[in-house]
Parts: sequence; C-alpha cells; structure tokens
Amino acid sequence: MLEATRLAWRALMANKLRAGLTMLGIIIGVGAVITLMSVGDGVQAYITDQFRSIGANLLIVFPGSVQDPMAGMASLISDKAALLTVGDAEALADRARVPDLVAVAPQLTRFGRVSVGRDETLTQVSGVTPEFMQVRTWYPVVGEFIGTQDMEGRSRVVVLGQTVVKDLFADNPYPLGETVKINNIAFRVVGVMEEKGGATAFSDQDDMVFVPLTTAQTRLFPSRTLAGERGVSTIMGQAVSDERIDAVKEQISTVLRERHDIAFRDEDDFSIISQAGLIDVFGQIMDVITIFLGSIAAVSLVVGGIGIMNIMLVSVTERTREIGLRKAVGARRRDILQQFLIEAVALAILGGVVGTGVGAAGAATVTYLIGEFEAKLSADAVLLATTVSALVGLASGLYPAWRAARLNPIDALRYE
Amino acid sequence: MEAPVIQIQDVTKVYHMGEVEVHALRGISLEVQPGEIMAIMGPSGSGKSTLMNVIGCLDQPTSGSYFMEGVDVGGLDDDQLADIRKRKIGFVFQTFNLLARTNAFENVTLPLIYAGVPRAERHTRARAALGAVGLAGRMAHQPTELSGGEQQRVAIARALINNPSIILADEPTGNLDSKSGAEVMALLLRLNRQQGITVVLVSHDPNIARSTSRIVHLSDGQVSGEEIVPQPVEVGE
Ligand SMILES: Nc1ncnc2c1ncn2[C@@H]1O[C@H](COP(=O)(O)OP(=O)(O)OP(=O)(O)O)[C@@H](O)[C@H]1O
Ligand SMILES: [Mg+2]
Repeated sequence: MLEATRLAWRALMANKLRAGLTMLGIIIGVGAVITLMSVGDGVQAYITDQFRSIGANLLIVFPGSVQDPMAGMASLISDKAALLTVGDAEALADRARVPDLVAVAPQLTRFGRVSVGRDETLTQVSGVTPEFMQVRTWYPVVGEFIGTQDMEGRSRVVVLGQTVVKDLFADNPYPLGETVKINNIAFRVVGVMEEKGGATAFSDQDDMVFVPLTTAQTRLFPSRTLAGERGVSTIMGQAVSDERIDAVKEQISTVLRERHDIAFRDEDDFSIISQAGLIDVFGQIMDVITIFLGSIAAVSLVVGGIGIMNIMLVSVTERTREIGLRKAVGARRRDILQQFLIEAVALAILGGVVGTGVGAAGAATVTYLIGEFEAKLSADAVLLATTVSALVGLASGLYPAWRAARLNPIDALRYE
Repeated sequence: MEAPVIQIQDVTKVYHMGEVEVHALRGISLEVQPGEIMAIMGPSGSGKSTLMNVIGCLDQPTSGSYFMEGVDVGGLDDDQLADIRKRKIGFVFQTFNLLARTNAFENVTLPLIYAGVPRAERHTRARAALGAVGLAGRMAHQPTELSGGEQQRVAIARALINNPSIILADEPTGNLDSKSGAEVMALLLRLNRQQGITVVLVSHDPNIARSTSRIVHLSDGQVSGEEIVPQPVEVGE
C-alpha cells in the first residue's frame, strides 16, 4: 500500500502539467462547493443573530391569516384593513386570560417624512407604548423613552433611532430638545435609541423614530376600524420563557378568536410568529438554497471526475507495456488495480485539498467584500468535499484500473 | 532424484484469429532438469516464443500438461500463475523491458515489491544482484544512461533477484552487438555454472546456442530434433 502510494506519486510527478490540469476540474468543483456552503452558513448565522437581536422570547401578532398573507401585508402599509386594535392589545395584556405573557406592546407603524429645516428623510414612524422597551429589550442611550404621561397626553414627543440622528443631525449625536417635523407636524426630541444592529440588505432597525401610540393614532395616522376602534399594525408580546412560547400562542389565539367572533371552523384572521419560529423557517429556507447551489457546484465535481477517468484511461493505454512487465514479474490483478486506483484517488484528493484552499480563499474574499458577516469555513463542508472528491476519484479510477488489471501480460508486453 | 524443473507433455497452443486457427504449438514434450542450461532454436514463426510463454506461465497451453518442479501448473488461475512467476521464474526479454525513468535499483527490485519484501532487504538483495552482473556501481542509473548490454544485464539482475528456479531468456542477445551479446551470454553461463541456476534461452545465433550443453530444435510448432553439445563453445566475458 505504501509502495503503491509512492508509485502513484511518482506517476503523477512524472507528468505534472497533466496532473494539474486534470485536478483543475476537482479543484473548481470543491472550491465552489466550499465557498457556497461557507457563505450559506455565514448568512444563516448572521441572520439568526439579527433575529435574536429583535428580543428574547418575542412573539409578534400580525393581522391576516397565514393562508392569506397579502391581506395582512396590506394592513401594514395602509389604513384600510386594520384588523388588530388597541382593544385586542388590552385583552392580551390581561394576565387572567393570557397568563404566560409578561408584557404586551401594540405598535402602529407607517412610513413618514421626518424633517429638520430643509433636511428630510423617509423613515418608519412607529407609535408605541412604554412596554416596547421591555419587549424589545431596546433602550435609549440618552433622554427618555415614550412614557405613560406621553401616552395619556397624546404628546408630540419623539425618540429617534441612530440612523435618523445621523441623517438629520450630522454634527449633534444627542439632539435632545430639538424640534423635528413628522409629516409636517412638529415634535420635540426627548430621546435617542441605542444602536441596535448594522444595516443589512433586509432592514435597518435604526432607521426608525418612535412616538406615543396615542399620538400616532390621532394626529399622524388617524383611522378606525368598522367598529370604531383604533387600529394597530402589530402587537408584540414577551413570553415568560422559551418553553411557554407554544402555550402563549394558544392563549393569544383563544382570546383573539373570541374577540374577532371567528366561528369554530373558520381560519384565524391573524397570525402569530415567534422569534424561534422565524429562525426555524429562515434556517429551512437557507438550507434549501444552500443545497440547491451546492448541487449545482457538485456538477462540476462530476465533470472533474470524468476528466480523471479520461486521463486514467489514456495513462493505462500509454503504460500497457509497463503493466505487462509488472504482471510478468509477479504482480497480481489486485496489485495493478490498486496502483491505478490509488493514482486516481490521489489526483482527486489532491484536487480536493487544493480546492478546499481555493474555497477557503473564496469564502474569505466574500467576507472581505461584503463585510457584514463572516463566511466561516465549516468543518462539515471540508469533510464533505474531501470525502466526495475521494469518492469521485475512486469511481472514475475504477474502470480504467479494472481495464489495466485484466490485461493479459503477453499481449501487454507486445503492445506497441 | 529431484523432480524436473520443467516437464511438459503434448502441449499444444492454438490462437484464434477470427475465422483462422493458428497452430503455434503442435504437441511438444520436453523436460528440463535442475541445473541444466538449454537453448531452443528454430526458424521464425516456429513457436519458440509461444513455448517460452507457456513455460514462463505467462500463457496457458490449449491442451497438454505442464508440471513445474512437480506442481501441476495447468488449471491455475491468474493470481496463482502470478505467484509462480513471482517466486520461481526470472524473465529476460529481447527488448530488455526496463521501466523508463526508473533507475537500475528500482527496476531490479520490482519483483520484490510484489513479493512484499521490506525495503531494507530489497536494498541488500539489489546490491548483490547488480554485483553479480557486474553493475554494482550503476544503482542510480536510468535505462537511458546505460548501454544496451548494461540494460540487459540489469534485466538479468531483475530476473535473478527472487532466487528463481529457472531463468527464461527469449533471444536475450537479439538486440545486442556481438561483443555485448557475448558478455550477456557469458554472464548467463557463469550464473548457471557457479550458482546452479537452470537456464532456458532462445537464440538464432548458433555460436550462442552451442555454448549451452543442449539444443532443442523447433519447427512448425514441433520438436524437430534435439542434440547434446559434447563440448560447449567458450564465450569470452
Ligand atoms: N497472439 C498471437 N495471436 C495469433 N497468432 C500468434 C500470436 N502469437 C504468435 N502467433 C503465431 O504463432 C506462431 C508462432 O509464433 P512465435 O512468436 O512463437 O514464433 P517464434 O518462433 O518466436 O518466431 P521469432 O523467431 O520470429 O520470434 C506464428 O505463426 C505467429 O504468427
Ligand atoms: Mg520469438
């Protein structure tokens, strides 16, 4: 075995250029697989992290059923279909009916124009209650958050997110007491939120301002449901613990179905998602994407395997006399088979190792270029890639090696 | 008495070339005793190489029996034949058949690798074998760096290295000039005389053949005559 490995090495070294070109297919295949898998893992880890930063044990109630998500979406951007109300939020805050929810924070969020003098920015304006801080575990760095008195007085006070501060107050990171206009109504800045997380392609949590829910409902985005109630776009809640999430969903569902008069057989007209659920769903989506991209990359591994088979067949033909001689001096079929198999597998594994390096470099490049997340080289990917390339080598070496092994020694010796 | 190294009885070999049957051997019986040195002569196409291949277990006869040192070789499978070649037979070919880009040491030790001999022992045996053919200083030379006669001597060292019962040489001097041919022949004779190795060789050259003690004449796949050489010709080394 050791001898055979030495032999394979020498055969490869005797024809370095050919060996290198043959390996290229495997190198590219393995490199692509590893880069894609690393980037996939990196994105997943990053997004999961982002979801975590939303808040622990968080649940969000959206209007609209899962079966009809567009209706829910519509209510998020227009006033027409406000299906959740302040009354719903109050009912959910009732510890007697929803015992596993420790805090409830209704929210009415719309896009709005926020301006200071000539500077203007389009951002999310969110009407919230004081509970928002606890539910999202998100606090102001300076000043105060929306308080109970602000709620009662429908005060025109605003707490700014970091991105908005940067956009409107370039040289004043703590613009407390300043006046900003939201949709042309003047508000006084009472606080600035701490930075929540980097900007992503998906959303920038810091590109947001907060006003009292009551102010939003009456002065900024006045609307009522058919029953005359004040609408909210979402209701967030914090469960007592991770384990109680499912129980809480059950409790919320019961309360809301009763309040919305939903008949026994009918679908919910709201949906409840949890942070854990989001991470789960997202993870599944990422897995599918990663596997899909990975299989495309794997095709090049197959192509690489065909390249190896081709070169091994050529090599067997070229070395027919050598094979004949080896058999004449006592090599058995399995000795010859082993020699050529090891050569093919060595080619593939060498290609796999170099390809892993290329994949690592690719992952590092992506990390460097995007900067937001780290495309980690996962041990799984490396293991998978080397195993697969060894198997590819084995599979593509098998036929040529078998042809070599079953050569008749005299015919082989006589071969020109 | 020791069993003959080679004992073949009524051996035939038929090649099928599509529709045509070529009868290369038509019933040959032959015995070679231990320590003998013997030449096979005959016109081209008379079946000399075919016979050597059968004797060397590279090929199976179509019919007839073959005992080597009392062991029935007929009906052995590929791997068992490889085993016999490895342990009992040393080949010397007309075209040397050394591996290119491979030095003398590695060429000589090739049979030992398949016999599973450890590396250290391979070294000592290669040194001894190359010494025996007068090429002790050429271990690291590649075939292209050796003369024809030297290459054939490396090939003989390779044939020797497993201490075979018999060395089979099919026209070992056929590709050499008369001087190196004489050297190679003298070497085979010396190995036979000094180490008692049995040698069967094929030659077209009567001088070479007459330096052995026995000549078998083949023609058209049959033994057409056999002579004992009373006073073998001396070939100078
Ligand atoms: N593989 C083969 N297939 C078909 N016919 C063959 C094969 N090998 C040899 N023959 C035929 O068998 C006969 C004997 O061939 P062989 O090689 O034994 O002759 P030879 O005595 O060694 O001749 P030379 O002196 O030219 O080497 C020839 O007629 C040859 O054509
Ligand atoms: Mg011949």
